[in-house]
Amino acid sequence: MSMRIDACFENARKSGKTVLIPFVTAGDPLPALTVAVMHRLVEGGADLIELGIPFSDPMADGPVIQASSERAIERGVDLEQVLSWVRQFRDNDAVTPIVLMGYMNPIERFGVSRFSQAAHASGVDGLLMVDCPPEEMTELQDSLSARDIDIIRLVAPTTSETRCRMITRHAKGFVYYVSFKGTTGAGSLDTKALARPIAALKKLTSVPVVVGFGIKDSRSARAVAEYADGVVIGSALVDRLASAGTDQQVLDAALEFLAAIRSALDQGVR
Amino acid sequence: MTGLPDLDGHFGSFGGRFVSETLMPALEELTEAYQRWRGDDDFMQLLDRDLALFVGRPSPIYHAERLSSHCGGARILLKREDLNHTGAHKINNTVGQGLLARHMGKHRVIAETGAGQHGVATATVAARFAQQCVVYMGETDIQRQSINVFRMKLLGAEVRSVTSGSSTLKDALNEAMRDWVTNIDDTFYVIGTVAGPHPYPMMVRDFNAVVGREARRQMSEEWEGLPDALVACVGGGSNAIGLFHPFIEDRDVRMIGGEAAGRGLETGAHAASLCAGRPGVLHGARSYLIDDDGGQIQHTHSVSAGLDYPGVGPEHAWLKEQGRAQYVSITDDEALEACHLLTRLEGILPALESSHAVAQAMKMASAMRADQTLLVNLSGRGDKDVQTLAALEGLSL
Repeated sequence: MSMRIDACFENARKSGKTVLIPFVTAGDPLPALTVAVMHRLVEGGADLIELGIPFSDPMADGPVIQASSERAIERGVDLEQVLSWVRQFRDNDAVTPIVLMGYMNPIERFGVSRFSQAAHASGVDGLLMVDCPPEEMTELQDSLSARDIDIIRLVAPTTSETRCRMITRHAKGFVYYVSFKGTTGAGSLDTKALARPIAALKKLTSVPVVVGFGIKDSRSARAVAEYADGVVIGSALVDRLASAGTDQQVLDAALEFLAAIRSALDQGVR
Repeated sequence: MTGLPDLDGHFGSFGGRFVSETLMPALEELTEAYQRWRGDDDFMQLLDRDLALFVGRPSPIYHAERLSSHCGGARILLKREDLNHTGAHKINNTVGQGLLARHMGKHRVIAETGAGQHGVATATVAARFAQQCVVYMGETDIQRQSINVFRMKLLGAEVRSVTSGSSTLKDALNEAMRDWVTNIDDTFYVIGTVAGPHPYPMMVRDFNAVVGREARRQMSEEWEGLPDALVACVGGGSNAIGLFHPFIEDRDVRMIGGEAAGRGLETGAHAASLCAGRPGVLHGARSYLIDDDGGQIQHTHSVSAGLDYPGVGPEHAWLKEQGRAQYVSITDDEALEACHLLTRLEGILPALESSHAVAQAMKMASAMRADQTLLVNLSGRGDKDVQTLAALEGLSL
């Protein structure tokens, strides 16, 4: 169990705030900027950071995150580097939880038990494997939970109640609710339709529920925050950073983008 | 050995379902529907009728006498899947999946394609069943298989160009998965090979196994008994598993899969996952694949678009590990030589994919006795490759 993730949601709950979770692809737009971008995101109001492990065949991602992954791979970014950036980030931030998000093959090639050790030593708090349902998770789950790293589980609009029970039975940290049928960054989010599935999900589990996919600005973030304990914002941020220009403009963009959403979320503090 | 996969789709440590949560319920629904309909007599009768009257089965087994005597040694027999409607074994599977989609009430079908044969076979069935059809194809493949692209359009399918990654088959598969996850309620994803998440490796194998069942019966009834060895090319592995599977328990029958060695395994420009790759996770299953030390899937190369794929079906990985089948690799040059030779000696122009199997059979035949028999799956015809063959000779048609 990750202490940092639990503390993060507990603090937000006490202060009535929504946990704000930016997603960035590690190494994009530039490998040298990743650690600095992560600090700026926190300055801008991020409570938890999702860091994408680049993969050549990101089946569940839309064009924006695919392109960011391709750029990072072209620049030679690998899992070893991603972990080293988390370690560097931890030198100056011992509080903000880091969840790595990615696909199975890079982890398998690195070695599951070697990955668990290295991720723990770097200060990783959670892992979200896009292409690994609970049925295939046993080895990874055992290895990571021995190192206090949470496997973040996904629930989708297509998930039945029976399946939802199975998925949430061993949920740790938070549950990630995929807001619509589609890939990341697509634009068909109907926030009102989230009320029912999230209420149903919350009946089944006591861990916080976070919503991702299709949240792209302050408005959609605030609308989703009505129902969720946390919101993930990915493609819109990745796109903004990629088109920012100079190094300084990338860092400024990270801060400004997050600050705007933070302030919109906090205006709605209960 | 024939009772696999297990309920979760595993062939030993291979196979399974490695997909996003949104797709899991759809795969469960598909598995249930497939189990139900394949046990339904009416469904199976419709399928058999289509295989006979629409596809043109059974396909004959032909003795390539001049090729055999050219090589010396074993008798080379060809299972003529190239004579099927649309020109390859792919139609066996799309007839099955198209019929299943119809029974499941799905009016939209999507597919990925490399050489275009599976795309054409899907578009063909979709036309007949009045299903809306979208085919994803890598930009690189669209360039080198323009005839098949136009065939699909004639059949009423929409061909969508894929420009992500290496713009080939693997990227087309990613894009088809993205379409499926977005349109899951009304769409049936017709996968063309024995890769992908469960139940695809099992279902596509079953639909193609008509090739091996038929061949086994023909060998017993029309020839002097089972062959000494089966030879097939392996990209994703659907024609090979279709031929192999009904022979798995016949321990005296060797099974040889020929992968694409491209410009040579040592050059790195190849597509031989089983010969030169290692186990990993790609496109929804654990199997052999070609990746770098960081786990990134690598670009592959083969002169034949249909073999130009960095993964392979999980059942082949399992057959390799069990030692039941052997996998070898054939270079572009060897395949091209076999393609020309079969055309000149037998009057049969094979697909470049199938030419890999012919090349492997030629290698083996000379080391075997005259009373021994090799059965080659001639999985497709080479009409689609005429432009590629001409371009290699510096001609533009």
